[in-house]
Amino acid sequence: MGAALEARNVVKRYRNGVEALRGVSLGVEAGETLALIGESGSGKSTLLRMFNRLEDPTSGSIQIAGRPAGDHDPVTLRRQTGYVPQDGGLLPHWTVGRNVELVPNLLGWDAPRCRARADALLELVGLSPEEHRSRYPAELSGGQRQRVAFARGLAADPAVILLDEPFGALDALTRLELQAEFLRLKQQLGKTLLLVTHDLGEAFRLADRIAVLREGVLVQLGRAADLVDHPADSYVRALVAQAPGGL
Amino acid sequence: MRPLVRSRRGSFDLVVALALALAFGYGAGPAVAGDHIVVGSKNFAENRLLGEMFARLLEARTGLTVERKLGLAGTQVCFEALRTGSIDVYPEYTGTGLVTLLGAKPIGSATATLDSVRGEFLARWDLWWLSPLGFENSFEIAVPRAVATQFNLRTISDLARVAPQLVAGFGHEFVARDDGLPGLEKTYGLHFRAVKQMQQALQYEAAGAGKIDCLDVYTTDGRLVVHDLQVLDDDKNFFPPYEACALVRGATIGRHPEVGAVLGLLAGALDEATMRQLNLRLETRRESVEQVAEDALQALHLVGTRTVRARESQRGNFFSYLWTHRRNLTARTGEHIALSGAGLALGALVAIPLAVWLERRRRIAETVVRIVGTTQTIPSLALLAFMVPFLGVGAAPAVVALWLYAIFPILRNTYTGLRDAAPHVVESAIAAGMTDRQVLWQVRLPLATPVILAGVRTAGVLTVGTATLAAFVGAGGLGEPIVSGVQSVDAVMILSGALPAAALALAADALLGALERSLRPRGLESRR
Repeated sequence: MGAALEARNVVKRYRNGVEALRGVSLGVEAGETLALIGESGSGKSTLLRMFNRLEDPTSGSIQIAGRPAGDHDPVTLRRQTGYVPQDGGLLPHWTVGRNVELVPNLLGWDAPRCRARADALLELVGLSPEEHRSRYPAELSGGQRQRVAFARGLAADPAVILLDEPFGALDALTRLELQAEFLRLKQQLGKTLLLVTHDLGEAFRLADRIAVLREGVLVQLGRAADLVDHPADSYVRALVAQAPGGL
Repeated sequence: MRPLVRSRRGSFDLVVALALALAFGYGAGPAVAGDHIVVGSKNFAENRLLGEMFARLLEARTGLTVERKLGLAGTQVCFEALRTGSIDVYPEYTGTGLVTLLGAKPIGSATATLDSVRGEFLARWDLWWLSPLGFENSFEIAVPRAVATQFNLRTISDLARVAPQLVAGFGHEFVARDDGLPGLEKTYGLHFRAVKQMQQALQYEAAGAGKIDCLDVYTTDGRLVVHDLQVLDDDKNFFPPYEACALVRGATIGRHPEVGAVLGLLAGALDEATMRQLNLRLETRRESVEQVAEDALQALHLVGTRTVRARESQRGNFFSYLWTHRRNLTARTGEHIALSGAGLALGALVAIPLAVWLERRRRIAETVVRIVGTTQTIPSLALLAFMVPFLGVGAAPAVVALWLYAIFPILRNTYTGLRDAAPHVVESAIAAGMTDRQVLWQVRLPLATPVILAGVRTAGVLTVGTATLAAFVGAGGLGEPIVSGVQSVDAVMILSGALPAAALALAADALLGALERSLRPRGLESRR
């Protein structure tokens, strides 16, 4: 069995001539958590967004579940893929319950099943359904909103979940709390997770393997220990040295 | 060069004329049928009075139902309304017919002028000039009696002799037009020490205060009597003759020959002195047009003795005026609400779907929005006047104009609201697997609701304000007392329209604001 997600020599060039990715190849194994790390402009988010076809490569290919991304209908693919953006991306005019039920609803599940699923997931991410189901996102704290976003990403039980700086907008304490939660869920659920972050400490704590991107090029791909012991170049060495808390 | 041209709205008469020139020859308005006749008039006191006299006389002497469309916005609107059959008759002046409507050069003789317009109007449009009413309302040059005595002035030629010592105060239009001051200067070799441009109302004041020595006036202006001015003889016949006549549709006469016969009773019945007295009652004594028209007809023994319905308590405070006129004002308010409501509703009905359609066509959207935006730059009156040849007079052109005005604010807000709806939210909805249609209906539209409703609110206030102009095309509304009040310089009458109109605008704002709050999707309150 091949990788769950795979990028082959992917180039992304925007109409304005900017090259976000310059021939990146990597694979994410099923059940693995891979962190894409880099500064802003390194192309990490662009690469992530190719796996639910929010972007398509200029050249090279993206493989999802062994098939080229282009063979997947974008709408169907997205409904099968969890997505958790930085700010939660919750629909502000919908209640928490309806937000969590979004994808199951799109998939045509019946109402009781959607409702039961949403309640179970709110429970799973540590929010009491009775208390939170009918509230609006604006009535929640940032940490609670992000928990709802996790619940929404998990709602249709996707095999792959894409996380774009999911802890980025949180204060330090809440971030640690949610990262711990994330680790628990990760063990419990065994999903394939692709995580974009600019925080190496976070990547070390949460990911099985780490891909370091710099200016659209994959600098190094390996386990935390590999990056620490055998940095591919001075950039990675400096990155590791700066990581707060390190290993 | 008639009162209508140089009165308060003189400057946009040109715009109106341009707009109508574009529309010239197109379309035909709704024809009036049955035992029903529509009398129109322009929007200045004398013309209104004549219109009202026509209407009353027809009511008294024929079995026809008479509808009044008095106070239409100037010559072009009246003429187009007549030509297209929205009205059957209105008072017009031969000189205006010749110079303004036919675009011909002025002719010195009154008989030749009448003859010329009769022939042309009959041939071109089957419109009939009935026999002249007996007075001319021409441009004249007047000087304060003291100045006339001091320099022994009787004619304009006399004036030319001493003009270099004098300061003149002329209306803006008079100064600008070839058949005004420039032509006059050429014909008489006039050269004033200084020429001041001023509003008509101010000219009389300035002359009274000795600030100007010479001004342009109208033959039948009642204020000539009040302000002790001497009219100078146009000894070189520079100003063309402007005999007042009833201008009637040939078709109307064909259907109801009695209209011609009855209006013919007025032939030669009104001389200049009489007209001046009647105008004076309207202009400075602020009597109602109905009352003055009735009195004039009774004095001519054309109608029997009877009292005028809706007598006015002329003096008295604003509130007693409102109370006396409550019926009329309530009706005007109803019309006003109906006109602006219809314009706004139709505007929203077009603008919102158009914006939704454009949201998916970003490339052309900006251009379309900008093109629609140009509707806002068309002066309201020009737009209204432009409608008349197509839609006649009455509610139709007013609603269409208001509709056009309402589209842009709603379109712009809806489009930008949809386009700029919280991008990260929209993206997460796309990432969750919503189709474009679902994103539009379930995300963009709800998120844009506050912005869309703000646009509707703007359009609502705009529409209520603009609807005051509907009076110029005979659509009624609260503009009616404003327009009448402006003509008779009656502040109370103006306020009786303006204050309710302002109150309506505030009410519309409050109401649409409340709608905005109640329709705003829950969950958006604290975020934005």
